Amino acid sequence: MNAPLIGARIPRKEDYRFLTGAGQYTDDVTLPGQTYAVFVRSPHAHARIKAIRTERARRAPGVLAVYTGEDIAAAKLGTLPCGWLITDVNGQPMKEPPYPVLAQGKVRFVGERVAVVVAETAAQARDAAELVEVDYEPLAAVTDATKARAPGAPVIHDIAPDNTCYVWALGDKAAVDAAFAKAAHVTRLEFVNNRLVPNAIEPRAANAVYSRAEDSYTLYVANQNPHVERLLMTAFVMGLPEHKVRVVAPDVGGGFGSKIYLYAEDVVVTWAAKQLNRPVKWTAERSESYLSDAHGRDHHTVAELALDRDGKFLALRVRTTANLGAYLSTFASCIPTILYATLLAGQYTTPAIHCEVTAVFTNTAPVDAYRGAGRPEATYVVERLVETAARELKMDPAEIRRRNFITQFPYQTPVALVYDTGNYHATLEKAQKLADVAGFAARRKASEAKGRRRGLGYACYIEACGIAPSAVAGSLGARAGLFEAGEIRVHPTGTVTVFTGSHSHGQGHETTFAQVVADRLGIPIENVDIVHGDTSKVLFGMGTYGSRSIAVGGTAIMKALDKVIAKGRRIAAHLLEASEADIEYERGVFRVKGTDRQKTFGEVAFAAYVPHNYPLDKLEPGLNENAFYDPTNFTFPAGTYICEVEVDPETGKVTIERWTAVDDFGKVINPMIVEGQVHGGLVQGIGQALTEVCRYDASGQLLTGSFLDYCIPRADDVPSFVVDTCETPCTHNPLGVKGCGEAGAIGAPAALINAITDALGVKDLPMPATPETVWRALRTH
Amino acid sequence: MAVRVSMKVNGKAVSGEMEERTLLVTFIREHLRLTGTHVGCDTAQCGACTVIMNGRAVKSCSILAMQAEGADITTIEGVAAPDGTLHPMQAAFKEHHGLQCGFCTPGMVMNAIDFARRNPNPTEQEIREALEGNLCRCTGYHNIVKSIAAGARAMAAAK
Amino acid sequence: MRAFQYHRPASLAEAAALAARPEAKLLAGGQSLVQAMKLRLASPSDVVDLGALKDLAGIKTDGRTLTIGAMTRHAEVAESAEVKKAIPALAQLAGMIGDRQVRAMGTLGGSIANNDPAADYPAAVLALDAVIHTNKGRHDVGTFFKGLYETALAPGEIITAVEFRIPQRAAYMKFKNPASRFAIVGVFVADFGGGNVRVAVTGAGPCVFRQTEMEKALAAKFDPASVASIKVSPAGLNSDLHASAEYRAHLVTVMAKRAVEAALK
Ligand SMILES: Cc1cc2nc3c(=O)[nH]c(=O)nc-3n(C[C@H](O)[C@H](O)[C@H](O)COP(=O)(O)OP(=O)(O)OC[C@H]3O[C@@H](n4cnc5c(N)ncnc54)[C@H](O)[C@@H]3O)c2cc1C
Ligand code: FES
Ligand code: FES
Repeated sequence: MNAPLIGARIPRKEDYRFLTGAGQYTDDVTLPGQTYAVFVRSPHAHARIKAIRTERARRAPGVLAVYTGEDIAAAKLGTLPCGWLITDVNGQPMKEPPYPVLAQGKVRFVGERVAVVVAETAAQARDAAELVEVDYEPLAAVTDATKARAPGAPVIHDIAPDNTCYVWALGDKAAVDAAFAKAAHVTRLEFVNNRLVPNAIEPRAANAVYSRAEDSYTLYVANQNPHVERLLMTAFVMGLPEHKVRVVAPDVGGGFGSKIYLYAEDVVVTWAAKQLNRPVKWTAERSESYLSDAHGRDHHTVAELALDRDGKFLALRVRTTANLGAYLSTFASCIPTILYATLLAGQYTTPAIHCEVTAVFTNTAPVDAYRGAGRPEATYVVERLVETAARELKMDPAEIRRRNFITQFPYQTPVALVYDTGNYHATLEKAQKLADVAGFAARRKASEAKGRRRGLGYACYIEACGIAPSAVAGSLGARAGLFEAGEIRVHPTGTVTVFTGSHSHGQGHETTFAQVVADRLGIPIENVDIVHGDTSKVLFGMGTYGSRSIAVGGTAIMKALDKVIAKGRRIAAHLLEASEADIEYERGVFRVKGTDRQKTFGEVAFAAYVPHNYPLDKLEPGLNENAFYDPTNFTFPAGTYICEVEVDPETGKVTIERWTAVDDFGKVINPMIVEGQVHGGLVQGIGQALTEVCRYDASGQLLTGSFLDYCIPRADDVPSFVVDTCETPCTHNPLGVKGCGEAGAIGAPAALINAITDALGVKDLPMPATPETVWRALRTH
Repeated sequence: MAVRVSMKVNGKAVSGEMEERTLLVTFIREHLRLTGTHVGCDTAQCGACTVIMNGRAVKSCSILAMQAEGADITTIEGVAAPDGTLHPMQAAFKEHHGLQCGFCTPGMVMNAIDFARRNPNPTEQEIREALEGNLCRCTGYHNIVKSIAAGARAMAAAK
Repeated sequence: MRAFQYHRPASLAEAAALAARPEAKLLAGGQSLVQAMKLRLASPSDVVDLGALKDLAGIKTDGRTLTIGAMTRHAEVAESAEVKKAIPALAQLAGMIGDRQVRAMGTLGGSIANNDPAADYPAAVLALDAVIHTNKGRHDVGTFFKGLYETALAPGEIITAVEFRIPQRAAYMKFKNPASRFAIVGVFVADFGGGNVRVAVTGAGPCVFRQTEMEKALAAKFDPASVASIKVSPAGLNSDLHASAEYRAHLVTVMAKRAVEAALK
């Protein structure tokens, strides 16, 4: 083949269907005889259910059924499981209150599902849902995690009388205390990492059908990991044989974490499909997404950094209260612990770190992973502290970072991780050049001349992707494996279908994975198709989260490719009457070394399926291989973001004037796609810092329940970005890749708040830095 | 009560019976089974439902189907040439990676086509302002803006 | 959306008769009403679509006033050469409403009948001393906007056109709500000459209002400095998630100052 495919800006294979309206998202799936479900949701944050009267709803036109928690209990459905068991500081397991799919006796957040109405049309179901009468006895509610632990706070679950799920810690407390005792300087910050709503533009949806003929179910669902959804649903909730349920996640319109989980609605429609022997479809309205999708972040943190006189970091002490919401969502427990505290070393040699996390139940929607999941929170802690320390010590913020960068790899952090490789000086230096940091002083002057303030902020983030290995995760409480599976099906003519357990909902797997396969096999990319998202096609998979797809899913495919090529060599050896050891494979051709005797990949594939001249005594016909890959370590992408803002002091409005991102993702398969991932992540991070916050009032009503009140960034809120990369390949996977899906969201908030506080000359500013927040900071300063 | 509505969609006369409360987007998606037009919100903010009606981009989630009686409507399915060749705006989105999950994409493309017809050589700022009614959560807009700039130029050149 | 009966009358008289039904609602662009119906905040028994009444749309001027039909879309006003010539600030305001898709449907009549406290048009209508023509007669603007979502329109009364007085100079400044894009504060300043200046403020209070202190100061001297030092009291102003009353009060001054600057350009 010609130009190498790895590293090429190949336009995406999936684009054509999306651009022509031919994508098939869950709500586009129409099944014969389909019915529609509408959920009746709790208007109270905390209440006892005294009675539910469904008669009027049942009699309404078109209604087929109304189910409540009682029906679910009678059917003996289980509760929604949590996939990670955290063990607390006293060696006790976390508190795991049951999370019923329809409320049992009590509701614990506004939007909790109380009943479901199924009708012939969506409008009829909605009309009838208004007729379901629920008698509630409202109870006092608590939404703020710090208040939920106070004495006398309303008790949300009987098994957690202090509303505490766990208190967990990581690191050497004694060493940290000792370092603080002798520190020349301590920088302290106390802040909230604001609660966010992921807001994939496609709302969640599910459409389930039951076949009496086969006694089997098919669930179409907007989900990021269909095999995990199936495993959790069959084994933990419905008690169904796993092979009788097919889960299809067709085109999925963004996830960002929110579509990882097994949700109650998915279970209810699947169950109801059998009760009614009709397909049952549910599509969330956006207001339901706000109420019932898992939210993200919501930490209250006190963080202190101890430094010596020269700005060397001596120790880091972090105390975080994490709001888990009313119930444990699928991966809720590991986000503020395993995926947070372990990242607190950042890019620095801080020798001692201690982090204590208190996870608390409140009367709010469950909180789980949202793009970055723990790592943005950790980066925010580290990078805000570092920048603040530099200001307090009157040091250049880049210089203080340089003094503390890790330069020797592998590096064992004091918070459990081992970084395999990195080059933090390189990303910082390149970013400074691209951002023209040298010219900042002049630009600041020019802004000031117009009556504006200007500021510059850095963030040097680190991320851990492709959470692994399974054995270690298991010892930390994971209840699932963390490997990935891939299968290469070579067709008789030499074209290839690749099955991956990873899922694409915007990431472009159909292109990047095809690049990897076509490059390795030396065949045209048009001859490679990627299949994902269907448990009946893909052998197994853990899906897509934590920027793991290329590092873990890509490696599984590479392993399967190795097997394909190994078998191909044996077939070629036979066809060429040579010894297997003499066969080399390059650019789509098996060749006897040092000769021009060769067979193309297609010829070998054909021989495998038409085995007339074939070593059937030694080799099975066919060319189809699969592989499972369990990584030996995380990968560690890292980079530097530099943000420059201008502030209008009269209104407090912040304008992002320049944004430079230099990331080290290891080997880059398709720079165009990687840049796109960075852009998207950056804007979500900018959203967190500038515009987005999910607010409940004290009684537990959601105040930001639509796009009218919850502000996700629009095109005119953000600039174009300068994005570049440095490449230090990952040392423990064959592609040398690290992952790029979350970096932007991880690094952006700290860079932006660092820039705004620089412009204003204030120490700290709460997120989001809305115009009024900024205006107030200026007034009181 | 059932009423009848007739309009032209992607050049073809169509009609259907439905409840009076049916939204235009519901008529398009469920009666005509043109599922390229999406629904991303219930407050008219996201623009995923954008179609061109009588020559202007509109949000089909905020219009009753009956309001479109007699109208001439183009949806994303009606944009490419009959042989499947992409419209210059669609091609520009592909070339500049202006889409990721694809869910906002039909609305973006429909709005962009109407915008570019009125403004063949827009500035970056004009493009960003023209996207006020379209939310994308994936791309960070960077490549959408590039795509529209290129698509507008290509449309002007194709005239 | 709850069920209703849909009507598409062919004449104003027919529309008026249908609109007189007790639970009936007029439908113009639908950009506010359809939203409210979708969320079941409004559930009319009858929806009377004005879409077929072509006479209700259009723009004409006699040099002293500019008259815009109730069914004229925001986009048409924003693009109109006549409006840009007579009252450029009005075209600009129309171009700032919502987004381009909303502007393609939303109408002047619908906007002022709805009288959303954060809507833009009411600021222009009040500052430009407009007359609101209806099927039953006319309303002076001074008594038209009554309060939160409340106007002087009688049930079933149909706005046919709005007649704006053409000022010597004018400008509109809007500080947008970052999420909804409605006005957190919008200030329309119009100078009719001869010491007749009107300043109308939207978004800040429960209903559009005139800022008479600023009007007086500008009548004395039409200059940004005349308003820059006027402190607006937050008493009675809106306070919500996006902006406190105090911040809104401050923004009224800033937006007024910037509007005067723009009007002078
Ligand atoms: C996403 C979005 C963003 C928006 N942003 C803004 C913004 O920034 N600024 C802003 O000002 N507005 C904004 N709007 C509102 C928009 O301008 C509406 O179009 C307008 O408020 C109502 O006009 P309409 O023609 O759509 O009226 P409709 O929604 O059809 O009707 C609104 C009300 O007016 C009544 N009505 C309509 N016409 C008449 C008439 N001729 N006589 C008497 N009563 C009548 C109706 O019965 C109804 O009660 C936004 C809307 C949306 C969906
Ligand atoms: S569906 Fe969101 S604007 Fe129409
Ligand atoms: S591409 Fe996913 S929302 Fe825009």
